[in-house]
Amino acid sequence: MSFVDTWRRHDFGAVAARILAKTPSDVRRALSRPRGSLDLEDFAALLSPAASARLEEMAQLSHRYTLERFGRTMRLYAPLYLSNACANVCTYCGFSAHNRIKRKVLSDPEILAEAGVLRSHGFGSVLLVTGETGRVGREYLSSSLRLLRPHFAGLWMEVQPMAEEDYAALAEEGLSTVLVYQETYDAAAYARHHLSGPKADMQFRLATPDRLGRAGMKRIGLGALFGLSDWRADAWFTGLHLRHVETAYWRSRTSVSFPRLRPHEGDEIPVTLFGERDLVQAACAFRLLSTETELSLSTRESSRFRDRAVRLGFTSMSAGSRTNPGGYSVEPESLEQFAVDDSRSPAQMAAFLRSVGYEPVWKDWDRTYDGFGGSPGAPAAQGALAS
Amino acid sequence: MSNTPLVIAGVSFTSRLFLGTGKFSSGEAMARSLEASGTEMVTVALGRIRTDGESDDILGHLDRRRYRLLPNTSGTRNAREAVLAAQLAREALETNWLKLEIHPDPKYLMPDPVETLEATALLAARGFVVLAYVHADPVLCKRLEEAGAAAVMPLGSPIGSGLGLESRAFLQIIIAQSRVPVVVDAGLGAPSHAAAALEMGADAVLVNTAIAAAEDPVGMAAAFRLGVEAGRAAREAGLAAGRESARADATSPLTAFLGEEAR
Repeated sequence: MSFVDTWRRHDFGAVAARILAKTPSDVRRALSRPRGSLDLEDFAALLSPAASARLEEMAQLSHRYTLERFGRTMRLYAPLYLSNACANVCTYCGFSAHNRIKRKVLSDPEILAEAGVLRSHGFGSVLLVTGETGRVGREYLSSSLRLLRPHFAGLWMEVQPMAEEDYAALAEEGLSTVLVYQETYDAAAYARHHLSGPKADMQFRLATPDRLGRAGMKRIGLGALFGLSDWRADAWFTGLHLRHVETAYWRSRTSVSFPRLRPHEGDEIPVTLFGERDLVQAACAFRLLSTETELSLSTRESSRFRDRAVRLGFTSMSAGSRTNPGGYSVEPESLEQFAVDDSRSPAQMAAFLRSVGYEPVWKDWDRTYDGFGGSPGAPAAQGALAS
Repeated sequence: MSNTPLVIAGVSFTSRLFLGTGKFSSGEAMARSLEASGTEMVTVALGRIRTDGESDDILGHLDRRRYRLLPNTSGTRNAREAVLAAQLAREALETNWLKLEIHPDPKYLMPDPVETLEATALLAARGFVVLAYVHADPVLCKRLEEAGAAAVMPLGSPIGSGLGLESRAFLQIIIAQSRVPVVVDAGLGAPSHAAAALEMGADAVLVNTAIAAAEDPVGMAAAFRLGVEAGRAAREAGLAAGRESARADATSPLTAFLGEEAR
């Protein structure tokens, strides 16, 4: 059964109202559940205003569960923007088709140049990011994966939703992780913010994790762009989606990301408030709902916040990110998709992690498992690329 | 007291207690025990009943309008034998429901996971409603679900042992991730075990020895009924328990940086 059927059974406004109506005793019950046995009503309670008063307890539990499952480690990765060409008109995105920016699709030599910089920083995992255009489809991505495969153990992707057979083919090329954020589960808000282009098809996007699961993708990443609609309801629907993926595609790992709206090129749009305190509440609620899922935080957030977030349940972070194609070496001055806040280098981020007793993890997979021969180690053994 | 019906393969059950029919001293004792238990589904060993149309002590005492029959493949040792037994059961008892149990080992009667998975796929493809008896193995239960099992029946402890929920930690995982009903089968020795299984979130339990071999099977059947109902009611009422509740550690707060409003 597709998640679309599950999603249809829940009215967004009714979910938002149900969360608002949760009481302190609902929160107390959720917090007293044994680990791993929270249901989606407990999750709703933890997302509610009533849970705000118990945030420190939620954080303590989230920290404890995360420590027991993941240890004192933090996975580091970097985005590699391959293209900013995009056919979609979205109110919140710097790459939106109506924005008059220079469009670029990286060539093979440019991809390798960017990869070289990331390898020299020590990254063993890279997240390929693109806009949505016919030029950057299965062929281009397959070719990019083949190009990058000798240099990275972890090949991840955050691009437009694709067909199941495309995902299966890309997995064969070594793709292990696909992140597809729903942006919002509120149909009205979705229509308001995705004005035209293929992305306006909300249901195709909703069913993407199902296609990934059927294609056997090793890790499936979910998330909402918090701020487009009521964040509590969007977080709850993301949790509903997570439960669906965890039970239907139980061989796949999952991750949840917490992008927030950031300043960008284009029109000002009204956004709902999703502050740092809300972000902490959402992340801790996810950790209590699922002790296994990875929680990811991007460089959209400030260094001050990210430093604290290490102990709040997050398990992976991007570092030193550039959000423009060619941003690491080819065209560092071109327009970014969104502004990063934490501009520390990967080395500085790693040093910080060590200083608080955490181990930065640069590589957690090896290409030999996929039958491609060994992966470069991290971060000491860097190949010819980095030189 | 709320009691949501249990649904297996589209069929609703009010009672979440399933009974075995072996080991009773007589057909009459069995019939009275079933009555007292409130059960709506009973399992019968194909090997024990007469399939030649002659009168049978077990079937003769079963009102099939009240009790759904769940033939089982007890005694089979591999998938091939189980499929043959299933086909015979479907013909003889006119039901496509089946409790699949395959135990090559006559001493402990341990279910064979490899043969069970294979037989489940074969039988589901032939239209059987398969309830598969297995170890409390979470991965196996997911594989059975994918193979088309209508329900999984993980064991609580070795069959006939009466030890209760020795497999509790694994049952919890199975219950948490299953998309088909979970019926805890085998090893339940007391109504409190049945109550605990339902409290944990098991959808139902199957009991045989603890009732059939009790000094007063009818009394014990009634006691199990109460245990199952109590466990289910507690589950639906939302157990307040849990000693794992967080205590905020004031010496190293994690959220103080968020500002004055953080408590």
